[in-house]
Amino acid sequence: MKKLIKLGVAALTLSMAANIASAEGKLSIYHWFEYIPQELLDKFSAQYGVEVTMDTFDSNEAMLASLKAGKMGSYDVAVPGDYMVEIMAGDGMLDTFTKAEMPNHGNIMDQWVNVGFDMGRKSSIPYQWGSTSFSVNRDDYKGDINTLAIVFDPPAELQGKINVLDSQGELLALASMYLGIPQCTTDRDQLKALNELLQNAKPHWASFGSDIAKDVLVSGDASVGMIWSGFSAKAREEGANVEYAFPKEGYVVWMDNVVLLKDAPNRDNALKFMNFLLEPENAAAVTNYAAYTAGVKGTEPHLSDAVANSPESNPPASPVGEFVQACSQEVQTVYDTIWTNLKK
Amino acid sequence: MANLPKTTSKGSAKTYDGLGIPLILPAWIIIGFFLVIPVAMMLVYSFLTKEFRGGVIWEFSIGAYDQFFFYRGLFGDSPPTIEWTYIGIFWRSIWQAGLATFFCLLIGFPTAWFIATRTGPNKTIWLFLITIPYWVNLLIRTISMKFLIRDNGPLNEFFLSLGLISEPLHIINTNFAVQLGLFYSYLPFMVLPIYAAVERYNFALSEAAADLYASQTVTLTQVILPTVKPGIIAGCILVFVPSLGAFLAPDLLGGAKNFMIGSLIEEQFKGAAGNWPFGAAASMILLSLVLIVLTFYARSQTKDQI
Repeated sequence: MKKLIKLGVAALTLSMAANIASAEGKLSIYHWFEYIPQELLDKFSAQYGVEVTMDTFDSNEAMLASLKAGKMGSYDVAVPGDYMVEIMAGDGMLDTFTKAEMPNHGNIMDQWVNVGFDMGRKSSIPYQWGSTSFSVNRDDYKGDINTLAIVFDPPAELQGKINVLDSQGELLALASMYLGIPQCTTDRDQLKALNELLQNAKPHWASFGSDIAKDVLVSGDASVGMIWSGFSAKAREEGANVEYAFPKEGYVVWMDNVVLLKDAPNRDNALKFMNFLLEPENAAAVTNYAAYTAGVKGTEPHLSDAVANSPESNPPASPVGEFVQACSQEVQTVYDTIWTNLKK
Repeated sequence: MANLPKTTSKGSAKTYDGLGIPLILPAWIIIGFFLVIPVAMMLVYSFLTKEFRGGVIWEFSIGAYDQFFFYRGLFGDSPPTIEWTYIGIFWRSIWQAGLATFFCLLIGFPTAWFIATRTGPNKTIWLFLITIPYWVNLLIRTISMKFLIRDNGPLNEFFLSLGLISEPLHIINTNFAVQLGLFYSYLPFMVLPIYAAVERYNFALSEAAADLYASQTVTLTQVILPTVKPGIIAGCILVFVPSLGAFLAPDLLGGAKNFMIGSLIEEQFKGAAGNWPFGAAASMILLSLVLIVLTFYARSQTKDQI
């Protein structure tokens, strides 16, 4: 026992010494769960002598709530999705940087520079982009899967075997596409139809869950899972015989972005980190880990074959995916009522 | 009961009177700081105006309570009717928590009785065994339960191999699974207080009852239960109150398909709704319910002492 304590003390002293050596600066990241390889954080840490800490969240809304509840000023960077960048910018939660402060700014792919949520990329850089649709276990269902009816009006053999993401924005966007109505519609009949569609679909769903979305497919608990493209690719890698659908009615595309937060305690290190992520090699490391697609030029040579050729990352030419829109307060209030109705 | 002479003298606790304040001060400070202030904040927030996408506007409003009790249609402009949605969610939680309490009592009481009536080191061993599940985090235990009861999990495979069932029992993502999770999580909270009460029970009372020709049933209902009642009530509160706010079991075992009080409140702060005043109001209503239950308990306790 005494030996054990001595060993523990020695280890503690050593690790503290290591910390002191590297504590030239700090960086505090607020990130999605399971979205960045530890090796990449270690690499940044070693390269710049910065001590990195990271907290994680599981939805854009949860991140916003946490930041609003007093966490502003404790993180340097966060990783919101497209529409959330716009919301955060509107609330004055983002800082801006100049191109001079971000030497790798030119590495951003042209189509991702002038995006609606941050024209000219003044407070954000692309992290990864992908799509949200659903995957079907091909052992359980052999029919055509490229229709949203699989989720909202499922064939008998799939009923009760469906997991949907616990994500209001994406689910209501897909439901709107299935009905052929615009997102954030203000038309009352369309909103009623949306409410009805979800009410009728719910009895066919086994569960709501985002962090379990991959596991239920791998374990076979669900035959259909609404899921993010990369998560589906990972499920496939882990042995589930799933196929990712690009439904004919449309699907959701999204882009996650690293943003510079206002009142960042380590602004310089935050910029270093963002610039670091714009290196093709590092962006590719994230892609290889998360199985989405980087928004950075020149990642191809660094990509693993499995990721580069994954069906999830190579959507057909049509239909094209749509970003989830941030609704006006008036419509969002109705959306919230529909959501509460759905889960009451 | 009250007229029985005390069998042992415990001396007087008054010896320690002078130490009172220093002993209780740390607990008071912690509770004051981490309980009273946050609850007061929630109370204030519940009467403020909601800010779009989370946060509050500092303007007085009873909108949150109005939303809880009155329904004005999908678009908020129909004449108000009683809103059953949230009452329904509260009712579901109370029902599940009540059921869990009942099952815990059913299993917990005999268990506690068994442990309290062991002699020597056996008692310690049994008590020790009761605490073992607490060495593992609740989240881990809930997830393991999920693995056990899934359609192609070990439980179903076991029953199938015995030929008891011909196709897998569908347990996961049902209310039954939630109940199982609540019951399992809080069972020890029922056993321990009842154990403490039975442990103090003077078995001479049972003998006396038997001498007076009381049947076993009468002895149980007229002598034992009234004596250990404080332990039973404490156990029931310790199971009921946390079950009421539980969100792990509904989320992981129930498939998060239906809001429970805990998840409804969480959604107001973390979800797209971002309706903080409403979340605060729902918390206040929950707190009031719990306070009512506790008041009844306190009353029944004081009555016993008269």
